[in-house]
Amino acid sequence: MRQHISFNLNGRPVSMDVGAHEDAVDVLRRRNLFGARESCGQGLCGCCTIKVDGVPVSGCLTLGLKLDGAEVETVEGLEREGVLDIVQQAFIDAGAFQCGFCTPGFVMMASDLLARVEAPTDEQIKDHLAGNLCRCAAYPEIIAAVRAAAEKRSAHAQV
Amino acid sequence: MSVETMNRNEGKNQPEVGRDVPRLESRRKVTGRADYVHNLSVPGMLHAKVFRSTVPHGRILSIDTSEALDAPGVHYVLTGEDIRAMFPHPYYGPAFHDQPVLALDKVRYVGEPVAVVLAEDPFAAADAVQMIVADYEELEPVYDEVEAVTSPVVVHDVLKPAGTFPDLKHLHGKRDTNVALDYQLRRGDCDAAFSAAAHVFEHEFRSQPVMHVPLEPMVSLAVPDHDRLTIHTASQSPSFVRMEIARLLGWPENRVRVMVPHLGGGFGAKLYIKLEALVACAALIARAPVKLSLTMEEQFYTITKHASTFRIKTGVDADGRITARRCEVYWNGGAYADIGPRVTQKSGFTAPGPYDIENVSIDSYALYTNRPPAGALRGFGIPQLVWAYESQADIIARELGQDPVEFRRRNLLRNGRPQATGTIMESAAIHEVLETVVERLEWAKPFDRGSGPVRRGRAIAIGFKASIAPTTSVAIVTVAADGSASLSISTVDMGQGSDTAMAQIVAETLGIPTEEVTVVHPDTDTTPYDMATLGSRSTFHTGNAVKRAAEDARERLARLAEEAGMPAQDSYAPAEVFRKRYGMQAGTVTGTGSYIPEYRSPDEDGQSPKVTPYWMIGATGVELEVDTETGHVHVTRMVNAVDCGTPLNPKIVEAQISGAAIMQFGFTMSEEMHFDAGQVTNASFADYKIPGIHDIPPLMDEYIVDAVQSGGPFGAKGVGESATFGVSPSIAGAIEDAVGVRLTELPLTPEKVLRAIRAAAGDPLED
Repeated sequence: MRQHISFNLNGRPVSMDVGAHEDAVDVLRRRNLFGARESCGQGLCGCCTIKVDGVPVSGCLTLGLKLDGAEVETVEGLEREGVLDIVQQAFIDAGAFQCGFCTPGFVMMASDLLARVEAPTDEQIKDHLAGNLCRCAAYPEIIAAVRAAAEKRSAHAQV
Repeated sequence: MSVETMNRNEGKNQPEVGRDVPRLESRRKVTGRADYVHNLSVPGMLHAKVFRSTVPHGRILSIDTSEALDAPGVHYVLTGEDIRAMFPHPYYGPAFHDQPVLALDKVRYVGEPVAVVLAEDPFAAADAVQMIVADYEELEPVYDEVEAVTSPVVVHDVLKPAGTFPDLKHLHGKRDTNVALDYQLRRGDCDAAFSAAAHVFEHEFRSQPVMHVPLEPMVSLAVPDHDRLTIHTASQSPSFVRMEIARLLGWPENRVRVMVPHLGGGFGAKLYIKLEALVACAALIARAPVKLSLTMEEQFYTITKHASTFRIKTGVDADGRITARRCEVYWNGGAYADIGPRVTQKSGFTAPGPYDIENVSIDSYALYTNRPPAGALRGFGIPQLVWAYESQADIIARELGQDPVEFRRRNLLRNGRPQATGTIMESAAIHEVLETVVERLEWAKPFDRGSGPVRRGRAIAIGFKASIAPTTSVAIVTVAADGSASLSISTVDMGQGSDTAMAQIVAETLGIPTEEVTVVHPDTDTTPYDMATLGSRSTFHTGNAVKRAAEDARERLARLAEEAGMPAQDSYAPAEVFRKRYGMQAGTVTGTGSYIPEYRSPDEDGQSPKVTPYWMIGATGVELEVDTETGHVHVTRMVNAVDCGTPLNPKIVEAQISGAAIMQFGFTMSEEMHFDAGQVTNASFADYKIPGIHDIPPLMDEYIVDAVQSGGPFGAKGVGESATFGVSPSIAGAIEDAVGVRLTELPLTPEKVLRAIRAAAGDPLED
């Protein structure tokens, strides 16, 4: 069974045929977006994190058809006109990744945290990123990156 | 012409080597745009799905593929016999040619590939796999590495060493044994020394099977093209894949092209040859591109870290000096050798630990069993060995009433002294690494061990490793007419930062900024040979080749300048040299370099004057709390120190140290593959617990001791594994320090801790 769906992808309207068996990661791959990646396939590692109507979800557990009519955001949408998001830049500055496979998921969740909490504590950072796994174990650098991004943002806000 | 005159950034005094250059591919990685094989598809591509054995050991009676073949979207269903019909000797492997592309005659572990479906989409392939039916005559299995030595169950009728390694030749044609390699070392007279010793200690330590679980599961895509074959693969060893596929097909190497983009983690899982033989054969039979993407679960059936049993006997004199050590190590290699025999031998070199011992005897055995194959995992066997010898070091010190640090200081090797292999220690900052941890952990200060239900303990452990020698790396540095430089190497950046570090070497040598150097990813059509990205070898081996290639390019530029009639003392940019020489922006300069370190094969007693070009050293100190009511262990502080020579990129090195330590922390605290009748029962992150962000010690410090590696590029050597060494024994030692119980089997789960506490209190828990 296939169905025609329409949704906003990183702010741009798209429409496409989607099979009932396809998940959100499959759908995004067909749009040449590979930042959300299936790794564990069970919603346990966070590598496939995307936002649907403002809520972070595991792309590998979200049926493609469920994207119909939704606002869908992926890591590729964070960069605006060639300028990296504050979280992306903080990840680079802190060296908060090694192989980079899990990085989009962490970046998405970290930016989601900063959208909700102005000055997160380390515990809040860890809690929010607890659903993301990094086998290279860049956790100390990731925590430092999120902290730095929050500080940089509040410094910008005060200017 | 000197480097200085080539420098087109006059006044730029900051050296490139030793600078915290952010990873060159940083922007791609944070934007989700880095290339992985995972992302790739090509027109006409078929998706492969593997049908796997459900029995641990059995003869294949029949495989019925008819229903699967009729399923919608299915193009081919292949069995081992279909492969053999086209490729007469379809066996592969780096040490032994023992692994069939698909099972032939026998299956040897649960999860072994038996058939493969090729279909138009991955869903059709997955559905069709369910329709295959195989019948086996079940055979008795053997699972345990010690039982496998004497078991009547034989996993392989005959041993088939690859012939690549001269020291495996004597095993050729050996029958009715599960011992795939017996490595031995003899130095001095252990028996006499044990008789004379004031104290003799004997212990057995066991390590569990674990999996690397790179978050990018293994994936390979083979694309046939007339008389050539291109393989895009998530591999740590593209040069080896090309050689082995060419051998398998009977083709010259130049008809096989292997390409590796970014790798989503490797840790040893993606070494040598994994899925490549299957996609290559399937693509040639189907005459279509074939992609095989494993699931996370399937990775557990593909490669593991050796479970091991280490029997260690140590003689000590009245002053606490180790006089003799006998090591018997049994490595559970699973059903296929992979690189297990090399793990057995190379780790064997250092099995007695970084100690100065006159009398040493080592026997290290690689065993075939009916478990998934075991290979290299971040340390090439060393973490399993350090776990044993450092655990025993603490036990001995405690029994002798000595401070465990003092005991180590008294026995540690010093530069200029021979190690167990007879190789003289040099450029090894063993004492400095130990003292760094001692100082940072404030070992001399009083330590509060607590008094209530929560007790505190601390311990330190140190280990070392010989490099995997002798291995070769080749590099090509190309300078374009505008002066920009590219580096071509087949070293794989799987997250360890080799692209950036190698670019720093080029930049330093040519006098240009690192950010302006492009690193060409492995493509065997253009990038030269590199043995493999493993064993922390790249910094030293590839690094030396890269440095030579860059120096060669610099000299060729100088010759070009001379040809152009430019005075040697002039200061100018490479671009100017090209313009002067060719009259316009034109031309290319190519510098090449290769490197193989000096190595002497050990004699029959395991003795060699040069068994490794360098030593890697790592130590860990921990402080922890043990809840005596639950057995829960909370590591509150971890200090790691390494000798990596002079770091090329200190920030990336620090991340390697903490990353390695946290990975080994998982292998110490929670990770273990569970088996039931040969079947892995926890092949999922739901049941196999790797460290998450909440699990890391709240205080973690990484230290790089001041050191220079002789012969290393800019004094550097590898570091990817060093911080794994001391983690497990330091935690077990700290548990004993806290609650007085000694665990000898990994992982150190709360259940094991609590059982040991209750048993010691004379109130054991029921089973």
